[in-house]
Amino acid sequence: MMTNIAAVFWKQIKDTLKNKETLIQFVMFPLMAVIMEKAIKVDGLPSGYFANMFSAMYVGMAPLVSVAAVIAEEKEKNTLRVLMMSGVKPGEYLLGVGCYIWLACMVGALVLGMAGNYQGGSLAVFLGIMAVGILTSLLIGAAIGTLSRNQMMATSLMVPVMLIFAFLPMLAGFNETIQKVARFAYSQQVGILLGRVGAFRIGFENIFVIAVNMLAALLVFRYAYKKCGLA
Amino acid sequence: MEYAIEMEHIVQKFGEKEVLRGIDLKVTRGEIFGLLGPSGAGKTTLIKILTGQLEQTGGNALLLGRNTRKIQEVHQRLGMMMDQFGLYERLSCYDNLKLFAKIYGAEEKRIKMALEKTGLFEDRKCMAAKLSKGMRSRLSLARAFLSEPEVLFLDEPTTGLDPATAAEIHKLIREEQRRGATVFLTTHNMEEAYKLCDHVALLNEGNIVEYGEPEEVCRRYNHQKKLQIRLYDGELVELPNDRRAAEILKDYLEKEKLETIHSTEPSLETVFMELTGRRFV
Repeated sequence: MMTNIAAVFWKQIKDTLKNKETLIQFVMFPLMAVIMEKAIKVDGLPSGYFANMFSAMYVGMAPLVSVAAVIAEEKEKNTLRVLMMSGVKPGEYLLGVGCYIWLACMVGALVLGMAGNYQGGSLAVFLGIMAVGILTSLLIGAAIGTLSRNQMMATSLMVPVMLIFAFLPMLAGFNETIQKVARFAYSQQVGILLGRVGAFRIGFENIFVIAVNMLAALLVFRYAYKKCGLA
Repeated sequence: MEYAIEMEHIVQKFGEKEVLRGIDLKVTRGEIFGLLGPSGAGKTTLIKILTGQLEQTGGNALLLGRNTRKIQEVHQRLGMMMDQFGLYERLSCYDNLKLFAKIYGAEEKRIKMALEKTGLFEDRKCMAAKLSKGMRSRLSLARAFLSEPEVLFLDEPTTGLDPATAAEIHKLIREEQRRGATVFLTTHNMEEAYKLCDHVALLNEGNIVEYGEPEEVCRRYNHQKKLQIRLYDGELVELPNDRRAAEILKDYLEKEKLETIHSTEPSLETVFMELTGRRFV
């Protein structure tokens, strides 16, 4: 089992290094956060404002888009079927791809954390929150990829979902009604938690909403897998 | 006799449409078997059933003694080249093979051997996306060879390839047979099947309409039983294929007039047309 997961993981590293579309997902927000934190200094703006804002967006976008795109491309180009016919089980494939994307996103999260000047315990809490958010996004992305027959279908499904989860935390800052709705999205809760990293305050609502979102993503993935299978 | 593949009354329906209508076939271990039929005859569907990619509506199929509904354990004993090659386009030829070598637990030297065997060693660093169709075909075969499979499934292995590349692929398939592999190939190229296969089955609209050794099948439909003779002066002569032709032939030979002589058994394509009234496209 581990051999197959490691093989898929290795394939994903090799492939992503030559896949600009996926690579940019991992790099874009951390890079933007670093630049904005260094370049823009406004009086009254809390420390790490841009890093936190981009982190919440990163959670809602990068893992979701990457995993959905990878699975949909493999389905379209028949490589997933070849893998399955070689003895790789669906769970092994998903773990190989999922672990890689999760780790790649965590590297991005580390850069975001450093851009936000988190250190020591704060950095660990920041990374913990990001890890949970990234995992939830991965499940949603895997469900979209599994439901899609090809990349075009994946794009048309992933764009609205990604827009909702990635931009809700930012839009919630401008409008109270949106803020009320956004409370139910895991990415908004991740954004709220990231704003309180220094205070180590995690409320029931934060945990509950993220858990419900994660469970819903898992159920959608299970439905997609039962309906469409992987290959 | 030991069989690699056994099919018993395989039926496949997609909605109301019956694609396979009770296929009974056996493929002996170590032979090259050709499933022939025009596009849409059900060849790929049958391969999908045999390789466990599709569960049949009815009937039973055994692959290496295992029910094809539960063949996950024998996947690593199979090699496959499907109509879509399924190559990782951003990976090099070498990396495409390395991935599957990791999965099969094959040693590094097998990658080198597969690349050399398929003539891709010089292009091992080339990205799969940049390969020609013939080279992709060979890379796909190299991947199928990696695990030294007991059964090789080749779906239209030479479709769209030039004759020289097709001949190279035929050579590789024969080498695999010599190693001991059973080869199950689908094709609509009659000449390929005639040259390569030990047994063929003609599939039409989900039914096997003829089965046997290619030569035997053609002989079975040789209704004319004539000899076609071309003389050096360009004249074409048809003679009955019996003792009446002997004197005439002797005369041609003595006078050194005879350029070529052929019997008139039909090609596999003509047999298919006679049986189904359809052309082989």
